[in-house]
Order: sequence, then C-alpha cells, then structure tokens
Amino acid sequence: MKVTFKIKRYNPEIPGKDKPYWEEFTLDNVEPTDRLLEMLHRIKWEQDGTLTLRRSCAHGVCGSDAMRINGVNHLACKVLMQDLGSKVTIEPILGLPVLKDLVVDMEPFFDHYKHVMPFFVNDTPLPADGRERRQSQFDREAFDDTTKCILCACCTTSCPSYWANGKYVGPAAIVNAHRFIFDTRDQAAKERLEILSEPQGVWRCRTIYNCTPACPRDIQVTKAISEVKLAIRKGSPEGIIKVTEIVERVVNA
Amino acid sequence: MKIHKHEVIIVGAGGAGLMAALYASRGGADVAVVSKLYPTRSHTGTAQGGIGAALGNLDEDQPIYHAYDTVKGGDYLADQNAALVLAEGAVEAVIELEHMGLPFDRTPDGRISQRRFGGHTREFGKELVRRACHAADRTGHMILQTLYQNCIKRNVNFFDEFQVVDTIINDGVCVGVVAIQIGTGEFHIFHGKAVMFASGGWGRCWSVSSNAHSMTGDGAAAVLRRGVPLQDMEFFQFHPTGIYKMGILITEGVRGEGGVLINNKGERFMEKYAPSAKDLASRDVVSRAIYDEVKKGNGIKGKDYVYLDVRPETVNRFFAEEGRKERIDAAYVEKKLPDILDFCRTYLGVDPVKEPMPIQPTAHYAMGGIPTNVDAQVVIDENWTVLPGMYAAGETACVSCHGANRLGTNSLVDLIVFGRRGGMHMADYVKGVDWTPLPADAGHEIESEFKRIRSSRGKMKPYQLRAKMQEVMMENVGVYRTEKTMTEAINVLRELRHEFRTNIAIDDQGYKFNTDLMEAWELGNLLELAEVTALSARNRTESRGGHSRDDYPKRDDENWLVHTLVCRAGTDDDPQYTINTAKKVDMSLAETDERFRPKVRAY
Repeated sequence: MKVTFKIKRYNPEIPGKDKPYWEEFTLDNVEPTDRLLEMLHRIKWEQDGTLTLRRSCAHGVCGSDAMRINGVNHLACKVLMQDLGSKVTIEPILGLPVLKDLVVDMEPFFDHYKHVMPFFVNDTPLPADGRERRQSQFDREAFDDTTKCILCACCTTSCPSYWANGKYVGPAAIVNAHRFIFDTRDQAAKERLEILSEPQGVWRCRTIYNCTPACPRDIQVTKAISEVKLAIRKGSPEGIIKVTEIVERVVNA
Repeated sequence: MKIHKHEVIIVGAGGAGLMAALYASRGGADVAVVSKLYPTRSHTGTAQGGIGAALGNLDEDQPIYHAYDTVKGGDYLADQNAALVLAEGAVEAVIELEHMGLPFDRTPDGRISQRRFGGHTREFGKELVRRACHAADRTGHMILQTLYQNCIKRNVNFFDEFQVVDTIINDGVCVGVVAIQIGTGEFHIFHGKAVMFASGGWGRCWSVSSNAHSMTGDGAAAVLRRGVPLQDMEFFQFHPTGIYKMGILITEGVRGEGGVLINNKGERFMEKYAPSAKDLASRDVVSRAIYDEVKKGNGIKGKDYVYLDVRPETVNRFFAEEGRKERIDAAYVEKKLPDILDFCRTYLGVDPVKEPMPIQPTAHYAMGGIPTNVDAQVVIDENWTVLPGMYAAGETACVSCHGANRLGTNSLVDLIVFGRRGGMHMADYVKGVDWTPLPADAGHEIESEFKRIRSSRGKMKPYQLRAKMQEVMMENVGVYRTEKTMTEAINVLRELRHEFRTNIAIDDQGYKFNTDLMEAWELGNLLELAEVTALSARNRTESRGGHSRDDYPKRDDENWLVHTLVCRAGTDDDPQYTINTAKKVDMSLAETDERFRPKVRAY
C-alpha cells in the first residue's frame, strides 16, 4: 500500500527550518506488518538523510523511539502500519524541548526520575550466610508491574498536567518510585513518600488516565500512582496493594 | 577541543560498563562513563532468559560444573582459567546484584528462582540443571536498571550521547579517547589513567540479527585501527530462535520452560541431533540442526524456517513422553514469558499459547573481540603482554571464557564478573600510576577524518552499502562457510570499503544530532569488523563451535587449539591485516582433571 507521512520537523541550524514545520513524505510498497520505525528508516535512508530520530533495539525494549503518532504516544518500533492507515502524522513527544525533528531534550525527564530516589536502599546487615535477602513470591509480585518501566517517557509526555507544568515529576518518576516503595526489601519508602507529597509530586496527577494507554509495556500507570497516593494518605505502603489481588496473580502463575 | 580529565574512563553504559563504573567508584576512583546512548537504552536491557550462577537454589549445583559446561559449550576453545573465574565469580556477583535491589523471581522459600537453559548441566553433563537466575523474561532489563540506579546512587559521572570515535595511545600507554557529543557535533577528549571499552558487539554486520541498530562495534573498530589486535573474530554466534525474517530474539528460556522445535513433518527434530539435551543443546548445535532440516526440505512450507512450539498441549505431551511429572498451562506461559508473548502478538499476530512461532537462526553474539586477561586488562600478543591503561569487558572483549560458542546466560555472567573485576583492578591501578600526558595532536586526525566524511558528495548512500555487506555476511560468513564463500565475501567487502571511502553521499551537513553522519561512521566500523571476521574465519581450516566449514567439517585439536589474533596496519584506504595463531588455549583445568580434556562434544 501507499502511505503518506506528515512529519513535524525542526532544524535549529538551517535558516527557514529553524521553526517547527510540517513535511510530507510518501512511501510505496508498505506492508501491513511493517513497523513504523522501518518506514521512518526508509524515509531517512532513501529520501532525506537529515530526518532525525533516536532508535536502538527496534523491538520495544530500549525505549529510544517514543513519538506522537496520529496524536497518541507510542514507540515507533512497536507500531505496525496496519494499525495506522494510509495517512500518518508524526510529531515529537510533547512537553520536552525539541532539539531537532523528533529528538527531544530528555534531561528534564531524567532529572525528575533522579529526584525520587530511584535506587534500592537497605542499610541493615546482609544475611550472615552471605546469600540473598529472602523475599516471598507474594511480596515480589506486589511491585512486579512497575519493574517493567523502560523510561521511554511515553507516559509523562502524554500527561496534560505535565504539559501544563514541567516541574511536575510526572508519571514515569512516580512509577519508578512505586517500584521501590512497594518492595518489602527497601527501607526508604518514607523519604520517597515525602518527596512525592511535595507540591510538584503525586498530587499534580488529576487521574486523567492518558498515561496508562500510552505505556508500551502495559504498566498500569494510573493505578500505580493511586497506590502511591494512598500510601501517602496512610503514611505507609503497608496494606495498600490488596493481598487478594496478588494471591490471584500468583495462583494464576 | 574540550578536555575532560577523570582517572577512569569507561566507554559504554551497558552491563559491563556500569558494573565496572560501580566497582571502580567504590574503590575510590574518579569515574566517567561515556556512552552514545542513554545508559538504559543499552543492549544489555534486551537480554531475556537469565543469568547463570551455581547457587543451587533448586538443584544441587557447583561452580566447577558451570565451568565444565562453559568449556564444553565453547568447544574447548575457552581459556579454562577464565571459564573457572567466570563460574566462581558468578555466584558472588549474582548475590551482590540481589543486594543492590535486583528483583529476581523467587522460589517458594524466597530464594532467587532458577530455570533450565541450554548446555547447563550438573555433574559434568549428567543432566540439565536449573542454574539461570531470572526476573521473568526481562533479566537483562532488570540488571541494566539496577546497575544504572546504583550508579545514580553513587553519583557516577555520565556523559550520555557522547560517541567514542578514537583511542589515544601515547608511548605505548592508553591515555584516553576522543568522542563526539552527538547533540552538538563537538569533539571532546577524555583523558584518563585507565580506559575501559565496554562498547558491545557488532551483530549488525549480518542481515538477520537480534542486535540493536546501535550494535556497530565502535570500540573494537577504534582499537583495531590503533594497532590493537582482535581475537577469535571467526566465532560469531547465531542464536537458533529469532523471529522469522525480523531476527528479534525469542529466548532460550522458552525451551527452558519446555518449548520444542518442530519441522514441517511435525517432528521434534532435535531428538536426532542431540539425543540427550535435545532442544537445549548448545546454540551452535541447534542452529546447525535448523539449517540442516531446511536443507533436507523440512522447513515449514518448504521455506527457511521451523516452528518453536510452547503451546501447553505440545509441551505437556513431551513432558509425559519423557516421564517428567510437571505440567504447564496457558497462565503459566503468560507469567513466565510475558515479553515473548508480547513480541509475537505485536509483530507476527501469532499467539504462542495457541500457535507455534516461526523462527530461524539470527546473528546474535560475538565470542571474539578485544583480547583481555581475567582482570579485563587488554593483552596484545601470545605472551599476554598488557597494554598499560587499556581495559575491555563484556561482548566487545574476548577473555576468552566463551571459546568457540557461548552458552546461554553466560553473556550476562561475563558482563558482571569481568566488569566487576575490571572495575576493581582499575581502581587499584590508577592509585599506583602517574598521569601520562596526552600527545600534542590528540584528536586532530579523527577530526579531519570526520570533516572528510561529512563533505562526501558521492553517489552511494550508506544504507545501500550496509545492506550489501549484511547480505554477503549472512550468505557467505553465516552458520556454514567454505573457502569459496569467504573469499567471495572478502572481495565484496573490499569493494564496499572502496565505495565507502570514495563514493558515499551524506545528506546532513549540520553538526547537531547528525545521525546521518554517525550512521556512516558506524558503517565504516562494521565494514572493518566484517572483513576481519571473514579473514579470521577463512584462516581457520577446521570446524569448531560457531565456526562451521563445509570444506573442513571436523574439529582439529592437533592444529587448532589456538586463538586467532588479527592485527591491522596500513592506511584506511589500504589496510594490511596479519593473522597470528601462536596464542595457545589455556588448558589449566585439564592438566589435573581428565574431564576438561577435549573430547567429542555430544549433547
């Protein structure tokens, strides 16, 4: 099939192209099962080498190629042409400064991530036998969903609260805080909950729900945010994630 | 040119680089990590099935069994001292990862969960053992995330999206690297006392590949151009189960959970090729079996692929036939292999719980690379002479613990064991040495080379040359090779190099995020590595592990228990390669233990 791509472009180095503008490209022989990323490569390689985007693994794991595709955030390598139709609009993700074409400045995004203490804290003595700390399958399951995050920014840059206020830490940072807050081995939940109860923390979330369908890893982002909100209200992560729900997930496994 | 000075410079932010950064930093060194990608984009994150360590959480296990499997899996080309260091170091390193917060799956008693994986056995081949420690089928993702998190915790310096393009060696000492800041196009010099290359493999030399687009061997090519040899380049692993045509990896963990390979007659054909381990034989064995089946006309619909079947009814039928008690259901497969199911549903429209997956061997992993000793120091000849200040770890290095064929999970083990050892060694090393100054003209040569490429106004686009290289490597230097196919490949690669040097077209003349230019540069690296791969392969007149020749189908222990070292001299337009095979394989375990002597490799 023949597909037209309308791509939002910007090149700070070329006069006349140093303001965002739209450009159209057409490709023939597009197969329904082609990945969008391959099509962007075809445009770059066959038609215009200046088209600029990030990409690496090409199968939805590295998180490099988040973009706004027909108005919705996706990874270009995880979208098939059959799901896009014959006219496709592509823009950089919103809410982060555009550097060139589809490449945005990721530094503010990673700064928010680093702000929530996204690392394991446990200063108690290690097990005397020199082995691993034990953790039950139930406790491990409680935070499984949020361990899947690849930091692609699809969620954060789909969030209207984040668009309105770039100081809000955003869904991805909260997801990564959740991963530690609900890990029974970790001991810094209190500090993280304090950080997230700051004015630019979790209460900026208005439960608009854009983040959850945007996640290419199918993380229940909004749910994770609500669990963090509940933990702040309660002053502790204990008992927030329903035992019955985890039991169901573990028994199913 | 901006100059940055840090005691330890690490090139690459995957598993090996981050592990080294962490341990060098813990050892008191001032560390900078220079990476062309944001660290969490690194290819380590795509590793799926598990990391091998003889924890013995589910089956009785010992590091010496792991070392044995590694040596046998490597078709006796692995240096046995390195295989032992790998196996012994794995236990401690995996436990440390857990202490750093890595969310491994758990056993019912709360220990790290382990699964079966190809070639991993207990008691020297007696039976398959559960050794692969895993976090669902995203173990590499969890390792990468955990290491990056811990580097943030320690305030390690990161230079993200800085691509290293040259190595600086002064008076026989490695003193730094030159990198381009991708966002600005500016050149930077990183001056260090110790420099580690942890920059990954070059799987993009082949057309069907499991590798990320960024796996272009930048580090290996950069040191080769500066006279450092590369070792055992003829050994490149083809993973048996890549998604048909796309090459996306389907973890061996699928077969670890009971999945089987099926040909067009519905036969579980691995029973013929590896009566004992069957579908969990070493990867080289399984990849060859698939090629052989296709050659016999047993590919699905007569084509060049077979099925990987993990439907519960299929798995349970074979469990029953083998007298195994366990049974699986759809929910179990969903839980254990969520990413695999997602890939197949997304890219193939195939639901592996209901249908078999079409697969073919896919270029996957470089066993060869920059030669090092077990402390990750680069060694440049058969006498193990150290190049002061230069280190390498991970896929880009060749220690050589994998020999002629790497076992599943051992790539992750390699990263953390030798990344860790290298990091510790560098921390000590930098305390004891003075700064070697940079040469006066540091960085000038590479800057003018980039000026030349940027102004290329030829007719060929880099992607056209790349596609030709990938095709010829796939056809001629793939799972099976002969003198004739390799000579053909070398000739084609020489022509492509000539085109690349004289006739390419670069569209983007800018400096900021010029990915057009960087892709061309990466193609140059791939062409260099493809050629030394073909040359090393043609020189080795035997079949061993991942190097299978139709014209020399037998392993030749009399003449070939040696490593290949390939060196480059001459110019970029007319490089001269020399091959040296004087470096003997370390057989230290075999000296006291009969079981480590080379013998016929059966699974």
